[in-house]
Amino acid sequence: MEKRSRSFYVLAAFFALFLVFLYGPTITIAILSFQGPQGGLTFPMRGVSLHWFHDLFQQQAVGDIWGSFGRSLVLGLMVMATTVVVSVMGGLAFRKRFPGSGVIFYLIVTSLVIPSILISLGVGLIFSQSGLTVHWSTSGFGSQLTWTLPFGLLIMFAVFNRFDKSYEEAARDQGASAWQTVRHVVLPIIAPMLIGVALFGFTLSYDEFARTLLTAGSYNTLPLEIYGMTTNVTTPVIFALGTLTTAFSFLIIAIFLGVVLVLRKRQAKLGSDAGQGMM
Amino acid sequence: MTDQTHPLSNAETTRPVPEKAPFSLSRLPDAVTGWLLSLPLVFVLAFFLILPIIMIVVVSFWGATEFSIYPAFQFDNYEFLLTSPVTYQVFLNTIKYAVITWAFTLLIGFTIAYFLAFHVRSLTWQIVLFLLCTIPFWTSNIIRMISWIPFLGRNGIANSTLISMGVIDEPLEWLLFSDFSVILAFVHLYTLFMVVPIFNTMMRIDKSLIEAAYDNGASGFQTLTNVIIPLTKPGIMIGSIFVVTLVMGDFITVRFMSGSQKANVGRLISNDIALLQYPSAAATAVILLITVLIVISILLRFVDIRKEL
Repeated sequence: MEKRSRSFYVLAAFFALFLVFLYGPTITIAILSFQGPQGGLTFPMRGVSLHWFHDLFQQQAVGDIWGSFGRSLVLGLMVMATTVVVSVMGGLAFRKRFPGSGVIFYLIVTSLVIPSILISLGVGLIFSQSGLTVHWSTSGFGSQLTWTLPFGLLIMFAVFNRFDKSYEEAARDQGASAWQTVRHVVLPIIAPMLIGVALFGFTLSYDEFARTLLTAGSYNTLPLEIYGMTTNVTTPVIFALGTLTTAFSFLIIAIFLGVVLVLRKRQAKLGSDAGQGMM
Repeated sequence: MTDQTHPLSNAETTRPVPEKAPFSLSRLPDAVTGWLLSLPLVFVLAFFLILPIIMIVVVSFWGATEFSIYPAFQFDNYEFLLTSPVTYQVFLNTIKYAVITWAFTLLIGFTIAYFLAFHVRSLTWQIVLFLLCTIPFWTSNIIRMISWIPFLGRNGIANSTLISMGVIDEPLEWLLFSDFSVILAFVHLYTLFMVVPIFNTMMRIDKSLIEAAYDNGASGFQTLTNVIIPLTKPGIMIGSIFVVTLVMGDFITVRFMSGSQKANVGRLISNDIALLQYPSAAATAVILLITVLIVISILLRFVDIRKEL
């Protein structure tokens, strides 16, 4: 192995600084959330306590945190499931060009780059003008899909562009129907990537703010609740909440990455389990 | 089942069809399969993307009283918008944020991706470090903005450190609630939108091209400017599209990090919404959408996204 050049060390230092920049603030509020009861929004720490976490569990102090957490959780799971199913179907559809596929593709790009507040405003207007009530599980759900689906689809397009078609041809030659080929050959092979799509679907929904702002109705999701808190809470309780929800995000990411690792290992050990349906 | 096969057998009467074949997706023409499979997607996009855009365009011609809006076809909203000097100021400010953020995210993002792709040698380490860069993307933007407060506030870490080092005597006022903090937050939030596509393109560069450049006597810097940067252009363009559109469409970062002291187009829209002036919000939104689409179409001239996936 050749010797590391000087530029390596310069770049490595730059990278380390970037990580500090990326994680530093989050770590700081994690520390500050353990402020003593008299502590303020910045250092010095006035003692160490769980006072602010304790506050979170008293509803009158901070509003309906747990209700909004529950709604965000359910909504995240709904968006996740829909994103995975629709993205896989879209990915399969786009393997061959069909009339209209170009238009749909540019719609997906539009959905990704359109300023979020336009979706919020537009969907809000449609619902209010047609006499429907906005609710996080209807208008909020649809609005969030316009943000998560493009990510899911772009991942699926990338996956299918690299997909070795000979696996499917082999399955078809052995008499598998189209559905059997998808179910027993394609899906097991792309499974780790589907976990990735699911991770995008859940976390992007769980943290989504702008597209849900005018479409969630009278029951807030967690990001909306947190945003409301920023205007009228001036104690470290907001850091405690930030720390908890970030910890929850990290937990979710760790679970998903863990599942991907397990699937990869299993695939490597068993080879592709394509063809198990034949036995 | 019979309902589904019926139109098909009609369409194909001229061609020999396998007799009594059971219905199967694989026997459908590609176009029909494509349409059926993308039906849910089209449904979502139609109801939550196309329809809202149409609605915004329609409402932008409506009129408003203090507490309600009424259907009309008038150009008042646009007239007011396009004759107000505030509009131009705010658009200029929006573009200023976009350009400055773009420059910083590109510089940082390119350097990080370059380090990961060409200086980290084992694939495992590349994946681990890449994940470290992307994990914050899956956490809450609002929390990440809030976490700057203890750093930048009047009595925050930055000020107290600088004072104790003797660099400054009085706390700097422009650290929080200023253009500085807005752009800092943008760079903090969106640099990974540059890192990911640039890293992705760099990983696909054939390493032998770089060796060839060195063998022909190119210096490290020459290799960078003549080989790596041109080949990384698609990734740079995709990253630029992300960053520019995210910054131009933003309203929450500007509001939060400037303490409502600075304005961009997104805030103009959200302020109108707060005052229930939906038609004027819609008109501003239409102008914003047109601006964003023009920027995108310029950037798309340099890259074929479908080819890059």
